[in-house]
Amino acid sequence: MTHEHPAGTVDLLAVLGPVVGLVALAAYALAVVASRRRGRSWPLSRSLAWTAGCLTATAAVSGPLATASTMSWTAHMAGHLLLGMLGPLLLVLGGPVTLALRALPVTGARRLSRVLRSRPLRVLTEPSVAAVLDVGGLWLLYATPLLALAHAHPGVGLLVHAHVLLAGHLFSAVMVGRDPLPHRRGTRHLLVVLVLALAAHDVLAKRLYAYGYAPMSMADLPQGAQLMYYGGDAVDLLLAVLVCLRWYRAGGRSGQRQLHLERPRPGPQGVLG
Amino acid sequence: MTARPSGQAGRSTASGGLAGLGLVAFVDETVFHQLLHWHHFYDRSTADAGLVSDGIFHAFGFVAVVTGLFLLADLRRRRTLVVGRWVGGVLLGAGAFQLYDGLVQHKVFGLHQIRYGVDLVAYDVTWNVLAAVLLLAGAVVTLRARPAAVTA
Repeated sequence: MTHEHPAGTVDLLAVLGPVVGLVALAAYALAVVASRRRGRSWPLSRSLAWTAGCLTATAAVSGPLATASTMSWTAHMAGHLLLGMLGPLLLVLGGPVTLALRALPVTGARRLSRVLRSRPLRVLTEPSVAAVLDVGGLWLLYATPLLALAHAHPGVGLLVHAHVLLAGHLFSAVMVGRDPLPHRRGTRHLLVVLVLALAAHDVLAKRLYAYGYAPMSMADLPQGAQLMYYGGDAVDLLLAVLVCLRWYRAGGRSGQRQLHLERPRPGPQGVLG
Repeated sequence: MTARPSGQAGRSTASGGLAGLGLVAFVDETVFHQLLHWHHFYDRSTADAGLVSDGIFHAFGFVAVVTGLFLLADLRRRRTLVVGRWVGGVLLGAGAFQLYDGLVQHKVFGLHQIRYGVDLVAYDVTWNVLAAVLLLAGAVVTLRARPAAVTA
């Protein structure tokens, strides 16, 4: 920790970010083609969501925003919102697991669905576990010197960014994902976890605003903390709407379908979602 | 017993209550924080417990208004909405949040004041009297919309 080379962190991520983004885009495109070959079409909206998610997440770690984020809290928090919240939400809406299950050969698809039912994934997709990994990771980042460490050491920076993206993806998938999960909690359970996660995020933002971040001094901390606070609200509002929308579409309270009140829905319903 | 079970009226109250609670949280945020700039995002006297209370209520408000409105849509779809109960619920929820904000958050936790650089008493009294009026109006509307079945 005696010598700092913040430029190294940015360079490593700035190169790896677009590479990972491109690989993710290419793999998705190949899977869509494979799925089509099997005679199953794939909705364009999901492809667009995945593409937007890849671009959003890449923009957070590479390019002008990433460069600015070493000198500005506002840019840093904008990147945090893109990489950890908005990007993952878009990626999840792309339904990558469902696509993989359709595109893979039978043995591969079986293996993947075995992984999906495995014990570790059962634990990870428990909403409260996903929330702790996601927001708990942020507390570790902003309430300890970890962030300064990540800026000083490229390897740590890489791990931190990967964790923020993956934990954000996991949380979004558990909340509003269309992909199959080992088990999905009820709407009320999801909303309670969402409120607590958002509250923990808000408290962290205000705490940052109030006490600052001693290991790194950048002048615009108040603006950055407020962006974190209100930006988090915006994405969580979206999550709450999507959680409730799923409940409403499934027939609302008690889950019973009152057919004479239901309007026919266009298109087939996702069986796996 | 009438055709309208009292459980449905309870759902109308709950839906309105959530929407009202969220609505006040939203008005508080836009009007007093963003437009008037009376409230402060954070002031130096705020204790940690206040930050936690603020965070939970802020987050709850957001999710409550969304949930309340989706419940409303569901009640309407099923044609089981008791309008009076819903309106009463909105007033009750709004009053409850206003009172909690005015007494617990502003006073007990000292989480920002209504306005700075002025004598607070008039503002505090107005704030909390308004909360009481909302609660009272909510109670009256709710009781008047009570389903006939309960008296049987």
